[in-house]
Amino acid sequence: MILGDLTKHAGEWLRGEGPSHDVVVSSRVRLARNQAGMPFLSRCTDGQKQELEAHLRQHILASGIAGNILYVDIAAAGELDRQLLLERHLISREHAQSHHPCGVVISESETLAIMVNEEDHLRIQVLRSGLRLEESMAEIFQIDDKLEERIDFAYHSRYGYLTACPTNVGTGLRISAMLHLPALKMTGDIDKAIRAARDMQLEIRGLYGEGTEAAGDLFQISNQTTLGKSEEQLVRDFSQRTIPKFIDYERRARQVLLKKQPAAFEDKIYRAIAILRSARVMSSQETMYLLSLLRLGIMVGKVTDIDLKTVNEVFLLTQPAHLQKILKREMNPQERGEARAAFIRTRLGAG
Amino acid sequence: MDFKCDKCEKPATVYLTEIHNGKKIEKHLCETCAATEGITIQPNVSISQLLEEFVLHTGPEDELARKDLTCDVCGLSFSEFRQQKLLGCPHDYDAFERLLLPLVERAQGGASQHVGKVPHKAGNEQKKHNALLRLRGDLKGAITSEDYERAAMLRDQIKELENT
Repeated sequence: MILGDLTKHAGEWLRGEGPSHDVVVSSRVRLARNQAGMPFLSRCTDGQKQELEAHLRQHILASGIAGNILYVDIAAAGELDRQLLLERHLISREHAQSHHPCGVVISESETLAIMVNEEDHLRIQVLRSGLRLEESMAEIFQIDDKLEERIDFAYHSRYGYLTACPTNVGTGLRISAMLHLPALKMTGDIDKAIRAARDMQLEIRGLYGEGTEAAGDLFQISNQTTLGKSEEQLVRDFSQRTIPKFIDYERRARQVLLKKQPAAFEDKIYRAIAILRSARVMSSQETMYLLSLLRLGIMVGKVTDIDLKTVNEVFLLTQPAHLQKILKREMNPQERGEARAAFIRTRLGAG
Repeated sequence: MDFKCDKCEKPATVYLTEIHNGKKIEKHLCETCAATEGITIQPNVSISQLLEEFVLHTGPEDELARKDLTCDVCGLSFSEFRQQKLLGCPHDYDAFERLLLPLVERAQGGASQHVGKVPHKAGNEQKKHNALLRLRGDLKGAITSEDYERAAMLRDQIKELENT
């Protein structure tokens, strides 16, 4: 398995399947872990970082956590490869900018990614399409158990798993769901939903994490509590109580739009398709906006000749690094705009 | 319980408790009336905001911080932690405990004890300890939600575990 293979398809989180996939694009669980007896990363010398990276990589690769796995040495990776991994949600923005010894382990299905030497020594994530948090939790526990056979993690009888930032201490668990909320955006109720999320002590942010705009009406909602509750309870609360509320808000907003302004609503969707199938220059921002409408059209049954998987693939593969990797050349934004429009026309079956 | 706005009878969404000269005054307002009173509604603070606030915070703990506690394992001082918001090594949790604990509790909704997964290598005692904590938490939840059947079952489980 090589990095270039990734561009042939969309990652697991964009398969467009799983429970409540009309609203929940993907589910993610993440565990933060640190090697016992070593300083946290910000306090490591260059030598220690190197030592950690080699030690952790060796043990992860030997632990048999997944069949076919790929290790990417981030420090040695070029800008485009880093961007590619970021676009696929396999590494964080911070990791994509790192120049110290660090890397990422990726399973073939891309459901598993382990960042080595990020803010914590290990950041293990399991990513799935649809609302499948319990399943993801079970999987990540198995992985964590296997890693624990080989690696001693910093652990404290009171505080649990110790992390570089005290806001992750305890379970080290962050649970998130990526939600597609276009109808709430259209009805103007998205601000209420965001406020509700914050009132529930949740973090809500755009597609690529902290400080990013909610491109394509995609919002990432995460829990903030990591201590005082078991992992099972945290997942249960999030998956069975929190997220269903947002699914319900969005579904209701879709019904409102369908009932109250059917013509205007359909018009928006069909115009989006017309532009996607005809435009000659397309920015990634506009692409995300139009694909969001197309996705919505499919979900409410207004569009039947394009499937969700195609939409998701186009969504990912038209992002800057993917586009350049697929076309095997570096392009400036203008060239990308033209290449993107052509790519979309082909994929969506237009002239 | 749902309150009506003290001023206009609309449903109140803002609840305020003010202490004036040692007297507690409760106010219930709707969003509009709250705004005219000059009260802006802030969403609940995020953890990073809390940390920010904590960094700027001047309180009794400051006495301790002023002496600038330093971890004897990694050499990180508490003021450095305040600046970078990241700890230097696992031992910092013990070295800075008195200063760190209030922050952890505030960030974690009052919790300061891990009840989740325990590494296999950690002693069985630790596992038992955490399992008991978890069961007791569940028991509390069951009682609150008046699920007495589950509560009785949990109580039995706790007793059984305590006797092993």
